[in-house]
Amino acid sequence: MNESVLEKTQRTIERVARESYGRLVAYLSVHTHDLASAEDALSEALLAALAHWPREGVPQNPEAWLMTTARRSLIDVIRHNRVVLASEPTLMLLQKDSTEVLMATEFPDERLKLLFVCAHPAIDLAMHTPLMLQTVLGIDAVRIAAAFLVSPKTMGQRLVRAKTKIRQGGIHFEVPQDRDLPQRLDAVIEAIYAAFGIAWDDMAGADQRGRNLAEEAIWLARVLLQLLPNQAEVQGLLALMLYCEARRPARRDARGRYVPLSEQDPKQWLSPLIEEAEGHLAEAFKLGRIGRFQLEAAIQSVHAERARTGRTEWEAVTRFYEQLLRISPTLGTRTGYAVAAAETKGPKAGLELLDNIDVEAVSSYQPYWAVRAHLLQKLGKSAEASDAYDRAIGLAEDPAVKEFLLQKRG
Amino acid sequence: MQFALLIYESPEAFATRKSDGTDPYTSAWRAYHKALVESGVFVAGDPLEVPETGTTIRIRERQRGVQDGPYADTKEQLGGFTILELPSLDAALEWAARCPAASLGAVEVRALAPDIKRRII
Repeated sequence: MNESVLEKTQRTIERVARESYGRLVAYLSVHTHDLASAEDALSEALLAALAHWPREGVPQNPEAWLMTTARRSLIDVIRHNRVVLASEPTLMLLQKDSTEVLMATEFPDERLKLLFVCAHPAIDLAMHTPLMLQTVLGIDAVRIAAAFLVSPKTMGQRLVRAKTKIRQGGIHFEVPQDRDLPQRLDAVIEAIYAAFGIAWDDMAGADQRGRNLAEEAIWLARVLLQLLPNQAEVQGLLALMLYCEARRPARRDARGRYVPLSEQDPKQWLSPLIEEAEGHLAEAFKLGRIGRFQLEAAIQSVHAERARTGRTEWEAVTRFYEQLLRISPTLGTRTGYAVAAAETKGPKAGLELLDNIDVEAVSSYQPYWAVRAHLLQKLGKSAEASDAYDRAIGLAEDPAVKEFLLQKRG
Repeated sequence: MQFALLIYESPEAFATRKSDGTDPYTSAWRAYHKALVESGVFVAGDPLEVPETGTTIRIRERQRGVQDGPYADTKEQLGGFTILELPSLDAALEWAARCPAASLGAVEVRALAPDIKRRII
């Protein structure tokens, strides 16, 4: 066999797997509620593709081929495990239309149900994002574990436990009814944003893993938006992530040193991403239901404006933070508000806002200490500033951030 | 729960011990230690002298074996330890990731074993 054919086929399989993974897992598990078996069946199908496609050529509809193969293998898995889980009706259901499916080129997209299952209130909050990354995107437990700073074995066990709960705990594969939708959707959005947040923090310049996880989160948000096009917060989420992602190239200088937002060169920002973000944010506002992610995106849009105007409209940032504080008074929001207030009313006003935050709550919240140190330094309180810098440096994980703060501390 | 962070350092990290203490690595350690103490998680901890100063003893069939240097001859060597009081392994891993040695060497996290201790004392 010609090697380049093999490589080309492998690339095709990778692409199809990436694009179709979630659709296939969702479709294969929607009746059985058995994610683990669906994933196993799909892996089998991907292996089969690797064996057959280079010889027989890539089928005209690769996704349908994978689905048919995975489905056969799922029936085998279910037969094999029937003592544990076989519900005869499910088996019948799977077999009943397997001939139709062989011919079918299209099948329903059940990913929305899968996203809601992953972020179900009965599932441990900390597992929402890992479950999504695994079942919708097919990311393996080892990579998820590294992103979440958990041992691979532990992450594997937690994923298995969560899937068992989904299978046995009566968690329905369904899109929530209208009255539950906003709250349930929040959980899905939060889980996607958590993946992005990890990628954002975990940016040791050269680390590819960080960047890829950000891309995966954006991909998930795009899927969600495609499935729920009229949800303002989904538009807001995608806008927020795109604004941030646009700044990625500017966050390090040529020597890999950390560059804070205020010192970034807007020419290095990726303008197509900013334009796309503006589009989504405008769509979101048209829907007339303001929410946390739209406000966070709006704050980033003000920062993005600097590329055009050369200055940051801090009054606007402050106003958006004031709105955000009313609906989502998190530590991040309160710290960000203090930064904005310091810019508009002076460092003393910013520091007062920080003083109002309970010290216990921020004992390991790095941004608080970095902002505090910066404001104390501006006020000429160098001993206190130096202490706060130490806390910020000690809590930082990224060596580039540590180095930046060490230099500022002096 | 108490966890030990076992700090494995690279030769470059050990070399900073000869500096005047203003190098970035030592400064990062000073900041890290302060953050541990002020967050209320620090229990104990100390750096160890450089690995070349270690002496390793083995007794086999009543024969004493004495070896100059550390137990294992690896590039990264045990350089110290820290014991932290934390609610979970997850929290311990977060603190390990912040440790300056994590980005130059490696940090191993192990829970202390109070059950074993009780069998002994």
